[in-house]
Amino acid sequence: MSGDFTKRAPIALNDPTLRRNFRRAMDGLMLKRAAQFTDTQAWAELRERGTAAKARVIARLPELLELLEAKCTENGIQVHWAESVAEANAIVLDLLKAANVKKVIKGKSMVSEEMELNHHLEANGITAVESDLGEYIIQLAHEAPSHIVMPCIHKNKAEIAQLFAENIEGLAYTEDVDELTAAARKALRGEFASADAGISGVNFAVAETGTLVLVENEGNGRLSTTLPPLHIAVMGIEKLAETLDDIPPLLALLPRSATGQPITTYVNMITSPRKTGEKDGPQAVHLVLLDSGRSRVYDDLELRDTLRCIRCGACMNHCPVYTRVGGHSYKFVYPGPIGKILTPQLEGLDCAGDQPHASTLCNACVEVCPVKIPIANLLVRLRTEAVRPTTSLGVKGAGSQRSWRETMGWRGWAFMYAHPVVYAVATRLMARLGNLIPANAPMLREWTKIRTKPKFAGKTLHELAREKGYDHE
Amino acid sequence: MTELQRPNRPETVYFFGTCVVDLFYPMAGLAGMELLKRQGIRVVFPPDQSCCGQPARNSGYLDEARAVALKQIETFPNDWPIVVPSGSCAGMMKTHYPDLFEGRPEHAAAKAFGARVFELTDFLVNVLDVKLEDKGQPVRVTWHGSCHSMREMGVIDQPKQLLRQLANVTLIENPREKECCGFGGTFAVRQPEISTAMVTDKVAALEETGAAEVISGDCGCLMNINGAMEKAAKPMTGRHIAEFLLERCK
Amino acid sequence: MSDLSNAARSRIMARLKAAPTSVPPELPAWSPPAYLPDERLARFTALMEALHSEVYEVTAADWPERLRTILSNRGINRVMYAPATQAGRQLADTWTNDAPTLVAYDRPVEELKDTLVSGVDAAVTTTLGGIAETGTLVLWPTPDEPRLMSLLPPIHVALVEADSVVDNLAGLIAQAGWAKAMPTNAVLISGPSKTADIEQTLAYGVHGPKELIVLVIKRV
Repeated sequence: MSGDFTKRAPIALNDPTLRRNFRRAMDGLMLKRAAQFTDTQAWAELRERGTAAKARVIARLPELLELLEAKCTENGIQVHWAESVAEANAIVLDLLKAANVKKVIKGKSMVSEEMELNHHLEANGITAVESDLGEYIIQLAHEAPSHIVMPCIHKNKAEIAQLFAENIEGLAYTEDVDELTAAARKALRGEFASADAGISGVNFAVAETGTLVLVENEGNGRLSTTLPPLHIAVMGIEKLAETLDDIPPLLALLPRSATGQPITTYVNMITSPRKTGEKDGPQAVHLVLLDSGRSRVYDDLELRDTLRCIRCGACMNHCPVYTRVGGHSYKFVYPGPIGKILTPQLEGLDCAGDQPHASTLCNACVEVCPVKIPIANLLVRLRTEAVRPTTSLGVKGAGSQRSWRETMGWRGWAFMYAHPVVYAVATRLMARLGNLIPANAPMLREWTKIRTKPKFAGKTLHELAREKGYDHE
Repeated sequence: MTELQRPNRPETVYFFGTCVVDLFYPMAGLAGMELLKRQGIRVVFPPDQSCCGQPARNSGYLDEARAVALKQIETFPNDWPIVVPSGSCAGMMKTHYPDLFEGRPEHAAAKAFGARVFELTDFLVNVLDVKLEDKGQPVRVTWHGSCHSMREMGVIDQPKQLLRQLANVTLIENPREKECCGFGGTFAVRQPEISTAMVTDKVAALEETGAAEVISGDCGCLMNINGAMEKAAKPMTGRHIAEFLLERCK
Repeated sequence: MSDLSNAARSRIMARLKAAPTSVPPELPAWSPPAYLPDERLARFTALMEALHSEVYEVTAADWPERLRTILSNRGINRVMYAPATQAGRQLADTWTNDAPTLVAYDRPVEELKDTLVSGVDAAVTTTLGGIAETGTLVLWPTPDEPRLMSLLPPIHVALVEADSVVDNLAGLIAQAGWAKAMPTNAVLISGPSKTADIEQTLAYGVHGPKELIVLVIKRV
């Protein structure tokens, strides 16, 4: 089994504080979301509308990207294309260097996490300061986000209080959330004022108008995109909306699914840099479009449903696996159910091949996904690709999990279950002798650590049905 | 969730026992058939049936899953409803058989087969409209709904409606009912630590209800939950709803 | 666009265009919630308050006076305003000397940065309207009333004409024809700046205003 997930998960499972932090947070988020969608009819209609909006984007992706580029350019937003994270980093660095930037202030952006942009900038002598409170906290802790919407959800108040006391000058240890928040405001105000550039993500880029839509609660996103003289937005090539009319339904889905809020405090729609006569706003706005494997995902009509994702995080909030292992077990940027289908496609089944199997296929994610991504079916599809590639271009690392033993095992299984005589003999034998299998047999060893052995019944239902006369027409 | 096409009360139904019931919980299967028979329905258990094919499908071995699925489709040729004492196997046959054969000559047959599949409690409530008479002693039970019965078959309240019909049975709701027990077929073997954490939490939540017994409609979950409860020497046990209902009404 | 970017663009677009095609689905009908005229404002107000904002009913004539009282009661010293807007002129014309000092946003941010970042206690802006569905203010900042006014000072005071409150965003975008001419920046504001990043505990004013005061101007 390739990938680190299986090895990393037990570390989190055995950390009671982490388990408590996640459980508490996810329980709260599930309740809040549920309270937003009590009208099932309205939810169903809204969901259909949002799903269709994103499905149309995916169906028309090439032409919409061209339209977005044309509209942005017309509006004065300069568009750049990057095939890989290395190219995206190079583009951003060039732009910053050309403007002689020493410090950037960052709004929350998962694509910038994907790029490991901060690391890249620091290595090139540019200071990058995260301004979203959660991102700021994990930057202080030198950690990665553990959730795509709430990056420091794995930390509790006491851990954050300790971190702040150690890192913010003049701040005494306090667990008062208002005081901690005020301290962050104070610390970051200066950073905003002195930053030479702001970097943000994008929630929806409207192709029709060339508008970048950003949602947030804190105001750091607005500050990052308004106060510094230069704004660079980074986004995946799939995060489009066809028209402005699609924004209201998508906005009605995103924050409600994510945090159970009817709307975020701010919805920031950016259509151009500062125009003549305007007194604030950046003089230049750049949009970096990142592919990094997405066009490969796009090549498959089934797998491309992955690209509908609006990054609300509801799938992870409702995932019984994520809730227990937390975001860091997944190692890659996108954890939880969406990560389990996205990561193996972006990074390859050869290095994240265990992730599609880290699911009971319970469908909790499918039930809440606002854009109806068939996550469970895609997990199965990726499990298939890992052992038996079906497409021409193929998922990266397809076939890498093939094993002779497993293949023969399933062939034998199919032979038995598709041949009634073989099945009858085998099951009658198992029913009678199965209980003799020792609890530490390879197949049972893990199972019986905390469970008793499954008990064979002595006689199969087939036999009992026959005795009772159910087996004939 | 697909809207179920409700047949009128049929004279005859097929019973698909499932492979887990066949080997480990045959009494649940027998009880399911008995419940149907008591409603005056003729029950046919085709002896050539085996497994819905879900284990292979969920593991990514679709050819193998299709081979087994095709055999089941052949084994239930008449136009009778197919009643299944498991939401998970029913979900496989109803929703995933058509997917498995998408673009293949067998697709129409798979779709028609899927349309005839019913989860047992759903069939008892929505097709047969059963009225149960409780003859048992007072008991407090809680319900464990399987993920697939809830989310693939839309079976959420049907089993509870049956339990609520029983005068001496107090149904205590489990606030964490919607959360997976951690079985997941091969998941329990591939991710044993996570599965362990999930079933441990599930057992704790079930215990917290204070019920004497946990009733479920899926034997996969029961094998997991019962195994964990027994190993931890918990006083609570789990049972398939068919067995429970039959015992109460006898 | 650089050569690098150009090359990336053609490779990405080539892959996307070579991929199998599918028919875009039709957009299903969807109607956002609508309200009766007398419900609309009540809902807007109630939601704004639920979102930790203060809402006052004022008139076109008395709002500067009311604002002065509200701010004086809070011990506010310096209030930023937009001198070239009609509201700004009205404010300046009726402002008395004992009130908080008015600070004009009359120069580019580069010349006013310190004041904006830490030199004023509040700022007053107009709005394009309000949205009843979510309790939301709609702002289209202008050269006369720039973007940072509603963002940097600790208190944001927003003037909303009661008649400009609409049912929902979808209707506003469609009826006002936003798609034809989007401004440099359009912003929806629902309450003061907030965060729940520390243990899901709500805290206000993490980066933007800690308080949002909404003056709803009712027609007399």
